[in-house]
Amino acid sequence: MPSMNMIQALNSALDVALTADPDTLIFGEDVGYFGGVFRVTEGLQEKHGLTRCFDAPISEGGIVSTAIGMGAYGLRPIVEIQFADYILPAYDQLVSEAARLRYRSAGEFWAPITVRAPYGGGIFGGQTHSQSPEAIFAHVTGLKTVIPSTPYDAKGLLLAAIEDDDPVIFLEPKRLYNGPFDGRHGQQLKTWADDPRAHVPEAHYTVPLGKAAVVREGQDVTVLAYGTMVHVAAAGIAEAAVDAELIDLRSIVPLDIETITASVKKTGRCIILHEASKFAGFGAELSALVQERCFFHLESPIERVAGWDTPYPHAFEWDYFPGPARLARALQRCLEA
Amino acid sequence: MSDAPRLQLHIPTPRARPGDAPRFDHLEIPAAGALRRPPPDALESEMRDLPYSLIRVLDDAGQALGAWDPRLSPEQLRGGLRGMVLTRAFDNRLFQAHRHGKTSFYMKSTGEEAVAVAQSLALGARDMSFPTYRMVGWLIARDYPLVDLVNQIFSNASDPLKGRQLPILYSARDYGFYSLSGNVGSRFGAAVGWAMASAFKGDDRIAIGHVGDGTTAEGDFHEALTFASVYRAPVILCVTNNQWAISTYSGVAGAEAATFAAKAIAYGIPGLRVDGNDFLAVWAATAWAAQRARSNLGPTLIELFTYRAGGHSTSDDPTKYRPADEPQAWPLGDPIERLARHLTAIGEWDEARGQALTAVADGLVRDAVKAGETVGVLGKSKPSVKEMFEGVFREPDWRVIEQRREVGI
Repeated sequence: MPSMNMIQALNSALDVALTADPDTLIFGEDVGYFGGVFRVTEGLQEKHGLTRCFDAPISEGGIVSTAIGMGAYGLRPIVEIQFADYILPAYDQLVSEAARLRYRSAGEFWAPITVRAPYGGGIFGGQTHSQSPEAIFAHVTGLKTVIPSTPYDAKGLLLAAIEDDDPVIFLEPKRLYNGPFDGRHGQQLKTWADDPRAHVPEAHYTVPLGKAAVVREGQDVTVLAYGTMVHVAAAGIAEAAVDAELIDLRSIVPLDIETITASVKKTGRCIILHEASKFAGFGAELSALVQERCFFHLESPIERVAGWDTPYPHAFEWDYFPGPARLARALQRCLEA
Repeated sequence: MSDAPRLQLHIPTPRARPGDAPRFDHLEIPAAGALRRPPPDALESEMRDLPYSLIRVLDDAGQALGAWDPRLSPEQLRGGLRGMVLTRAFDNRLFQAHRHGKTSFYMKSTGEEAVAVAQSLALGARDMSFPTYRMVGWLIARDYPLVDLVNQIFSNASDPLKGRQLPILYSARDYGFYSLSGNVGSRFGAAVGWAMASAFKGDDRIAIGHVGDGTTAEGDFHEALTFASVYRAPVILCVTNNQWAISTYSGVAGAEAATFAAKAIAYGIPGLRVDGNDFLAVWAATAWAAQRARSNLGPTLIELFTYRAGGHSTSDDPTKYRPADEPQAWPLGDPIERLARHLTAIGEWDEARGQALTAVADGLVRDAVKAGETVGVLGKSKPSVKEMFEGVFREPDWRVIEQRREVGI
């Protein structure tokens, strides 16, 4: 089985989709001839033709609104927003049109679109190339939001997103594109080579939306994470030397509530880790759900380890980024409580 | 400070407010039949005068004049008149239904019925309209069941949209009518995308999208025009310029700096400016743009120059912001009267037939409202509450399943 980094895995998913379904097409800024600023669509225009993978104007609202119209016609458009930081001009389209079209038209029209966007920090991208906006999508009824953490999941989840009949926001942790990253920024860069999670079949497969992965089983505390933070969490658990259960949510909508509650009921403790700012972040929803469903099993307060409530700062990247040391401290606090 | 003149901030204001005499003397209205009609395959660069003129076919005497006359049959003309008369009767009756507490909201299209009715009849059954909320005439012209409109407006148990949508924000896929929303302009880009999809598939269907004059200020308008132009989408993009955006006159959307049709020039697509109260001119311009679109010659921007004779909705009183007699002073007349005059002039209509049509229209509307009332008006009947929880996604996730269980349904 070939080893692929996350970019190659995503490219493979798109190639498989374009090959299998003539009603799929890709457009976005720089995705055509050039193959995208992160190379995720490299070679697809040459292989599948101009109309299957083409450049779009710098108009995120225009990209998503035209994709919705194509979806309503019967196509399955896959669009790229160059950075999730730039998705806000399309937010009205996602909220007011894509998310509600099926509901308000009583099923006459729907928008089976996939909106890919590299997201997250750890690349010294400053405010405009580092943000984690997942919570603003999770809050919107009618949108699905998916975040992979490995090349294998990236391909399988992207194909599932494309084949889904509802609009899906597909956030790609760009810090994981070329290798796993555990938040220890001073160390030598790792690649996906020789990593079993990068063994990606060439052929079609899906990883279902709404099914979390138990990355590490444990007895003492449950750690909930997604995207880059799955790797940071593993490092933080190792640093704290605790018997934690690590759950990679993989999609935050739909959310695998059963896996979460089963784990917390077993461990009695829960820590939530995400890059986005803490206040009203997705961790707030997770925390509320866990206490609503597991309150009488909890032995300590639920804790959130997250980005600070500031804009994403450039020089202070590693002061802001919730690394393994912060998680390790939280784990110790939690277990001592 | 320097000797240069002090800067002054310009705030546009309309020519007449309540208490003033209506003023339309600034409008340049060319004679019917005066404007040339380029062949639909002409180069855009050779028709940049059109956005600053006005396509008119019907003169004041009801004669159809000039190259833009679409030469419709008497049956087609009578069909158009019927659609407009029925639309007006429907609007009047349902507006009253709101006053009587039978629904929460209504919006009339009075004075601009020619736009939706002519375009609905000029385009194909398989084309798709991305309408504004002032286009019920599109559906009525295609014989959409009036009772289903009423049921939607009453949000009753037979509401085709299952009680989920504000009155008049219809959706009717089989009638080429895309799901409406109260957010203005946010479907203009979808019209372009739908048209691009049709071209992608090698289909022969085209799309038509509408915004009002006020909405041309939204980014959606310019994004849609950019995409339509760049990908030569088979789409007709329309600005229904009815002069008023709630209480804000079109000057606040830039109408005094350029015509709305002239926005086409910078996008390199044809821009037509059309007398929107002239059924024949609207039909002809639409058919011209449709022919262009179906010939892979791309989009056209059409400004339909008309006047919103009523208020914005049931929620405003237009006499609070414009002269009460302004609708009567509108120099382009009433679309129904103008088409009836034309039919009369060619010997295909008379007063008796006009009265009969009005009676038939009133009867159809009355019957439809009565049928809707039999099911129930707002508050007296509604779809099953389970409909509230359905259709969020194709398959419900645990949230709506649990919440539905919580309310016991």
